[in-house]
Amino acid sequence: MSDGNRGPGFGRSEAAQGYLLVATPLAYALLLLAAPLGAILLFSFWSQDYLTIDTTLTLKNYREALSDPLYRQLLLRSLLISAAVTAATVLAAFPIAYYVSFHVAPSRKAMWIFLITIPFWTSYLIRVFLWKVILGYNGVFNTTLLGLGIIDEPLTFILYNANAVVITLAHAYAPFAILPIFVALEKIDRSLHEASQDLGEGYLSTFWRVTLPLAMPGVVAAVLIVFIPTIGDYVTPVLVGGPDGRMIANMIQTQFLRLNNAPMGAALAVLTMAMVTVVALVFVFLNRRYLRGRE
Amino acid sequence: MKRPLRVYAILYLCFLYAPIALLPVFAFNDGTVIAFPLKGFTWDWFRQLAGIPALHAAVLNSLKIAVISAILATCLGVLAARAATRFAFPGKKGVMGLIMLPLVLPEIIVAVSLLVVLLQLGLSLGAWTVILGHVLIATPFAIAILNSAFQGLDRSLEEVAVDLGETKWSSFRLVTLPLVMPGIISSLLIAFTISLDEFIIAFFLTGTEPTLPVYLWGQMRFPQRLPVIMALGTILVLASVLLLAIAEYARRRGAARTGQKEAGGFL
Amino acid sequence: MKDTRTEARPIISLEGVEKYYGDYHALRGISAGIRQGEFFSLLGPSGCGKTTLLRTIAGFEDLSAGRLFIDGQDMAGVPANRRPTNMVFQSYAIFPHLSVAENVGFGLRRSGLSRADKAAKVEVALAMVGLAGFGGRAAHALSGGQRQRVALARALILEPKVLLLDEPLSALDKKMRDQMQVELRRLQRQVGITFILVTHDQEEALIMSDRIAVMFEGRIAQLDTPQMLYRRPVTRQVGEFIGVMNFLPARATVTDETHIEVDVAGLGRAVIGPDQLPGGWHPGQTQSVGIRPETMSILFPGETTDRRVATGVVEDLAYYGDMTYYEVRLEGVERPMTISMKNLVGRPVLERGTEARVAWDARSLVLFA
Repeated sequence: MSDGNRGPGFGRSEAAQGYLLVATPLAYALLLLAAPLGAILLFSFWSQDYLTIDTTLTLKNYREALSDPLYRQLLLRSLLISAAVTAATVLAAFPIAYYVSFHVAPSRKAMWIFLITIPFWTSYLIRVFLWKVILGYNGVFNTTLLGLGIIDEPLTFILYNANAVVITLAHAYAPFAILPIFVALEKIDRSLHEASQDLGEGYLSTFWRVTLPLAMPGVVAAVLIVFIPTIGDYVTPVLVGGPDGRMIANMIQTQFLRLNNAPMGAALAVLTMAMVTVVALVFVFLNRRYLRGRE
Repeated sequence: MKRPLRVYAILYLCFLYAPIALLPVFAFNDGTVIAFPLKGFTWDWFRQLAGIPALHAAVLNSLKIAVISAILATCLGVLAARAATRFAFPGKKGVMGLIMLPLVLPEIIVAVSLLVVLLQLGLSLGAWTVILGHVLIATPFAIAILNSAFQGLDRSLEEVAVDLGETKWSSFRLVTLPLVMPGIISSLLIAFTISLDEFIIAFFLTGTEPTLPVYLWGQMRFPQRLPVIMALGTILVLASVLLLAIAEYARRRGAARTGQKEAGGFL
Repeated sequence: MKDTRTEARPIISLEGVEKYYGDYHALRGISAGIRQGEFFSLLGPSGCGKTTLLRTIAGFEDLSAGRLFIDGQDMAGVPANRRPTNMVFQSYAIFPHLSVAENVGFGLRRSGLSRADKAAKVEVALAMVGLAGFGGRAAHALSGGQRQRVALARALILEPKVLLLDEPLSALDKKMRDQMQVELRRLQRQVGITFILVTHDQEEALIMSDRIAVMFEGRIAQLDTPQMLYRRPVTRQVGEFIGVMNFLPARATVTDETHIEVDVAGLGRAVIGPDQLPGGWHPGQTQSVGIRPETMSILFPGETTDRRVATGVVEDLAYYGDMTYYEVRLEGVERPMTISMKNLVGRPVLERGTEARVAWDARSLVLFA
């Protein structure tokens, strides 16, 4: 243990040095992130008519977004699709994270993680495109099943709708969910399992009472890591979503680039961020409750 | 319990790789429709790739943007990570929170807000606007990697260098930098990959010269282009895997050189 | 308090040194002189300020008030890299990306020496710490003890006037530690410069040092030779910190200037000299007297002595092979006393419950406030 706090010892205040270093990244973030986000927020309270922007503050866009069934449906659908993707991804990810953490020799763990994350490093666009190719009317999936005689006619419910979006996104974000759960599982002291079994618990109840609660922070992180980007996904709905699979990001793009209604697009963007924040807060709160219970 | 889990794990990996495995299959398939049964082997699609000037321009553009974005993001990352790990200053949490914010924002939001501001300022869209956006989203990743690199550094190492006669700057140059180098290389590679593959921000902020993903996007609506896209995809996947393998190799070499323990890869 | 050295100007002079971290008062009015060529230790519990003081001398912390002189020169405004001191850090801080030779020669970069000269110096330094031929090894592949030697060589090669060591032995296992204690002492005598060592281990300080400054809560409680610290601690706190000490309530009355009579619970009346009451005497008040375990002995049956004898019962014992430590409860005293006895031939180890006759000497008493 050292005596008291350590100063930097170079004569200048520690805070000043810290500020000096972080000044550039901070300025960058302020100019290119905070300011534009602020601009979006501001825009959402304005209105636009063709090319002229009316800067009187109004809640018109929000009212429209929340009352017009078109927007409401889009927002709701985006939320549901994200939720479905998150649930599917996290539930599917947990067993494999558990397997690598508990049943793979330490020297090979890095190899497994490497293998799991490789697909993540390949082009996202290509991967979504591949699903379009796989799930199509004349695509790989259908022609294989037809060829094997399992079906007589190509399946149509697997492409150009919300199902396809869920499948594609679940595949794309799978590695995102595995890693945080894996990290959390790795941190668990292995002797806790032995202690639990020594005290009479079986394998399954040990998992339920010991492993799962301790892995919760990782699960929560996985949920957030998958949910947040998927709700704002643009590419997948366009390529495989069809008219029934459009999500809020597509509408935002439409408002901005095609309908020339930036304020509306901004309002939708703000609403999306609000949804994300609410869900994030809920999960962070849940996470804290779990942690407090442990202490 | 191990057996069923192992089976599950293998199936899961197959599911993960299945779509990608199709790429080379159909890249060499002599047929314009992407479906079974396979028709025959051909190099045609790859040959066609060589003859598309628009594609080459897009590739060069993407590479240029990715290199510059990686360097800038890593520089910002080094500054921020060093500040975060070495110094305490009031408001640190808020500052770092803001800088890391792009990690928790859907990309569409970032793209749209940048677009609005850039248009309002009357700036023309082009490679530099894309770079601005890519640096913004890549820096948090750089910081995450460099944070752990800086944290693994024994603070006394810099002090001892000063004690032995070096200045703060030369101690940084001779001691800190070499030891953080694996992290810097990791950061460069990851930022490079992020930028190379990034679509939505490029889509919104690119001018007349598209990046590779934007170019790809434009081609995807043409059915006759599908096989060529497969060929391109095959090359891209191979390149990504190669890059990743090099990064992993470099990281292990660097860690061995400085005697650090293995910690499970990039994490 | 004999001192055969001539009173030359001390190599390090601290005058009223104060250090604040915000509100926290880490160093409170430290004044001391450290002599050229001595092995000096800063000893104290965690948080007492000893490492802070060391880092202040090194130049890694600024003074809030007071002055620091090294070899007569005021160190105010002199940064760490220009002071004539070098430090061995607690973690050794060996550069993992350099070889042993590159580590040791690190500080020579700015010396202007030729390659050959530098290499020669590195060889000499390595030989001095017993690592001859290790130059080509990778620094990260060394054991703890080897790393420490590299750190020593790296610091000594620059021929500082003062070598500062921050708890250098705390990371080593017992055997290595004992070995290094001897080594460090030998090295210091060989090189002849002043060593200042920070440690919380009082045994270590006693073994290695010429003089020790015992610190509590940012102040120097006593600065003295190991012998004086052990035999004549100035406060009960110092007495307790160094070695084991028994405490008994006592009252003092003065007979005359040179004879002070104390009435000690469990032992009786005794006369002590003026050097035995650092805490002064306060008539009528209950003070405490300290007495070391080895200054008392339990007489075995039939043994006689012309020392004073007190009676008690053996409550507990701990057998260490060469010594036995007895807990003896004296008549009239609540807490048992620790008495250490050498296990000599013919002397049986006493059992619990045996009656004990304890011989003691007035000259070993120290009266505290």
